[in-house]
Amino acid sequence: MSWWRPSDVGFATRVKLADIGRAARLFTRLCALFLAALRRARLLVDQVHFLGNHSLAIITVSGLFVGFVLGLQGYYTLQRYGSAEALGLLVALSLVRELGPVVTALLFAGRAGTSLTAEIGLMKAGEQLAAMEMMAVDPVQRVLAPRFWGGVVAMPLLAAVFSAVGILGGWLVGVVLIGVDSGSFWSQMQNGVDVFKDVGNGVVKSLVFGFTVTFVALLQGYECQPTPEGVSRATTRTVVIASLAVLGLDFVLTAMMFSV
Amino acid sequence: MQKSNRDVWVGLFVMIGAAAILFLALKAGNLLSLSFEDTYSVSARFDNIGGLKPRAPVKSAGVVVGRVAAIGFDTQTYQARVDINLEKRFTFPKDSSAKILTSGLLGEQYVGLEPGADEKNLVAGDAIKSTQSAVVLENLIGQFLYNKAADAGSTEGGKK
Repeated sequence: MSWWRPSDVGFATRVKLADIGRAARLFTRLCALFLAALRRARLLVDQVHFLGNHSLAIITVSGLFVGFVLGLQGYYTLQRYGSAEALGLLVALSLVRELGPVVTALLFAGRAGTSLTAEIGLMKAGEQLAAMEMMAVDPVQRVLAPRFWGGVVAMPLLAAVFSAVGILGGWLVGVVLIGVDSGSFWSQMQNGVDVFKDVGNGVVKSLVFGFTVTFVALLQGYECQPTPEGVSRATTRTVVIASLAVLGLDFVLTAMMFSV
Repeated sequence: MQKSNRDVWVGLFVMIGAAAILFLALKAGNLLSLSFEDTYSVSARFDNIGGLKPRAPVKSAGVVVGRVAAIGFDTQTYQARVDINLEKRFTFPKDSSAKILTSGLLGEQYVGLEPGADEKNLVAGDAIKSTQSAVVLENLIGQFLYNKAADAGSTEGGKK
């Protein structure tokens, strides 16, 4: 492959376009299978359990510590300007708008996305997906769709837990440990945080990230080379692509939501 | 479809997530201050609204009686036009005056409403006639410096 020979460039472009096309087709199929996934609720519940419940511990602990750190760092900066009471507002806004959805999505990609990719990749390597097709069972519907919608359901809930626990962590450090006034901590927060513009947009963000991370993980597993090496490479790619996609999308979403 | 042990945990997870969203909306957000009371709209014109924003509270004697609905610019008088939604259960005399105040030194700005003495009350669509603009720090400092300079000039003039 060389970049100056037209045939090679053309071939590379065609391969890339085919990749994008396959990804887009899989995505539209998964979205269209929403009702089918709901009809087989047993599978969906299993996946929410696997992706959501098992991620709850890491999300809660990280949320708590992120809240602690925000409380400490925010206090040190704010008290220079004599407005330590705004700590609650700072902690709540940064968690609800940015850190909650983004950090949860990154952790979700590492905790749940990788296991999705490895699972699908090993199923492919073990020819289980091919065997299903032989039995006229659609692997996209039976295997991929419940995992996709399970991830989409779990992600906003995890992000909300992250933000809520983080605010409690910030309260713990700011009010209990440092001694910021508890009343103004909460009242400044309530005055500054808008339910629809801040909390609502945070939930929308985490929903978009849920789609992104789960889809990237499933696509990488579904399209991987069916070898041990291929599965390991696909797992790595899941983390890299999902993290970059989340960070990039976050910028775009923030610019669209909060620019006014 | 029979229930399984897993349903309990998934149910708990979903409930924890819902509780977290509720916590964010109620405790961190301002869902509680969203009032669904019937309101009536009055307007006021200010020379300068400073940093007043839509949805800022309107207070009378420190009690929230309404919210700022919209802020516009009047091209006829070159003044800021502030639309205020007052709650139906609060009535104010027609000659009430509106001020733009700041809660605390660095706090948010709100509209303070001081009741007048008129027999008739404000009704929907009325305009509040007497208004007082927000205090702009730069103007204050400018005035202070100007006064200082004027004082210094007059004392020097007196010595001669």
